Amino acid sequence: MGNIAAIFWKEMRSYFGSPIAYVVATGFLLMMGYLFQNEVVEFRAKCLNYSFQHQEHGVDAPNVNEDVVFHFFLSQCLVWLVVTPMLTMRLFAEERGSGTIELLMTSPLTTWQVILGKFAACLGLYVIIELLLLSLIFVVSFYGDLNWGRVLSACVAILLLGGSFISVGILASSLTDKQIVAVVIAFVLLLLLFVVRYSPELIGREWATVLFYLSLIDHTRDMARGVIDSSDVVFFLTFTFFFLFLTHTALESRRWRR
Amino acid sequence: MIEVDHLTKQYGSLVAVKDLTFSVEKGEVVGFLGPNGAGKTTTMRILTCFQPATLGTARVAGFDVFHEPMEVKRRIGYLPEHPPLYRDMYVRSYLDFVAQIKRVPSRHRGSRVDDAMERCGITDRAKQLIGQLSKGYRQRVGIAQAILHDPDVIILDEPTIGLDPNQIQEIRGVIRGLGREHTVILSTHILPEVEKTCDRVIIINRGRIAAVDTPENLTASASGNRRYYVAVSGGLEAAAGAIREVAGVVDVRRADDNQALEIEASGEADMRPSIAAMLVERGLGLVELRSITAGLEDIFRELTRHEEAGS
Repeated sequence: MGNIAAIFWKEMRSYFGSPIAYVVATGFLLMMGYLFQNEVVEFRAKCLNYSFQHQEHGVDAPNVNEDVVFHFFLSQCLVWLVVTPMLTMRLFAEERGSGTIELLMTSPLTTWQVILGKFAACLGLYVIIELLLLSLIFVVSFYGDLNWGRVLSACVAILLLGGSFISVGILASSLTDKQIVAVVIAFVLLLLLFVVRYSPELIGREWATVLFYLSLIDHTRDMARGVIDSSDVVFFLTFTFFFLFLTHTALESRRWRR
Repeated sequence: MIEVDHLTKQYGSLVAVKDLTFSVEKGEVVGFLGPNGAGKTTTMRILTCFQPATLGTARVAGFDVFHEPMEVKRRIGYLPEHPPLYRDMYVRSYLDFVAQIKRVPSRHRGSRVDDAMERCGITDRAKQLIGQLSKGYRQRVGIAQAILHDPDVIILDEPTIGLDPNQIQEIRGVIRGLGREHTVILSTHILPEVEKTCDRVIIINRGRIAAVDTPENLTASASGNRRYYVAVSGGLEAAAGAIREVAGVVDVRRADDNQALEIEASGEADMRPSIAAMLVERGLGLVELRSITAGLEDIFRELTRHEEAGS
């Protein structure tokens, strides 16, 4: 535990001692602020429209939880998908590139301790940025009637999704000593796992079910609406563990190549 | 303290280390000497559990590097070829971090870090960013990192590379000091370094042990013949003819710079007086005369020649 904490604090210092944390947080918040603003403007137009038409044409009443909060969380998924690889890229690639991996691997640390320390640090930064972003939700709560249960459920979804993104990013980072290569690998993997749900019509039903099950976004949607399904939670946790396990295998493979 | 038994490491078809067997006693300072690519770094990486060996075993402080890596890692300090430094950390916080992952108990951490910084002469750099340090200082931080948890065995891969002569002097002093309480293995391709710091030398060439001996014996036995360097103001050919007449001279040839002569003479006796006397007698104007000590290059030439003759 002490070893995991040592790695965790080292990574945290590194994130905040370099421009990475600030640049990524600023970029992410700018992007999300823009999208949020769009949603609010659209919602306002919808409300005006609705008050003119009344319920004559059977149009659904605008709902702040659905039209603003849900879309806000859903659009976050895609932005996080782009941003997370930039947080994870350096975690192992930099250690390999600069040779500091030799220090970690010749110290009395297990590979799992190193991986978990780095994972926790990256998730910590992810949570910090997410908390900054949630200030926007508090702004909405002054003007609309928010369903806090839904917000909380969506936050859990974002957290679980973050763990999955980070685990994929860490795997990519452990495969190379070039950060740029790590970003590309993570990005391709995540996009594939994101869009995998668009292909089921082309393949058999069995495979379609499998691919559907693997799609990250589908597991997020219900939770972002306020339905926490244990199968989704299990999916995310298994997914995260699986990619961390692959990372462990990739790092340990050096020891098997006799 | 270290026992290496028939160690072999292959990268695909390339054999980096072949059938290496040696042992190092507690408190010894042993130098690994060899040209680039001889297998020094590979051997050190195996000893530090960074890489597994293809064949053979290695034990450090009684623990097998492959089967009990945790026990081995607890007992070694290691400076890799490129010092494993985080450029964006401060010297002090970097060493604190290393002390943590080397499992130095928290109550001793501060004093151990202070001690290591003092031994390596970096106390005044504690609050500097590692990325801003000069190469020499980075090397020192690397050494501090290797010794701060007071390990039984210290493994240093080219510890004095990139340092200026004064710093080399200091670091050699540090290494000598370590030898009293610790077992030290260091690698180098500089012969004087070995002579000044090591109790014993292991010469490896192309992945094999070429010789194991004390530095004194090695330089003495490398060449049975003594060699001299002679510069004259008169004609070289005339001088060469004159020197060939001196009893005991085996060979006279042009030195590499083509401006002087290199002389090989058999026997233990110093030939300089008789060579000088001969040149003065012939009026050839002696400008410089010194004996050439065997360099690493000569030792290698010698050892590989033996190897080829033997096989």
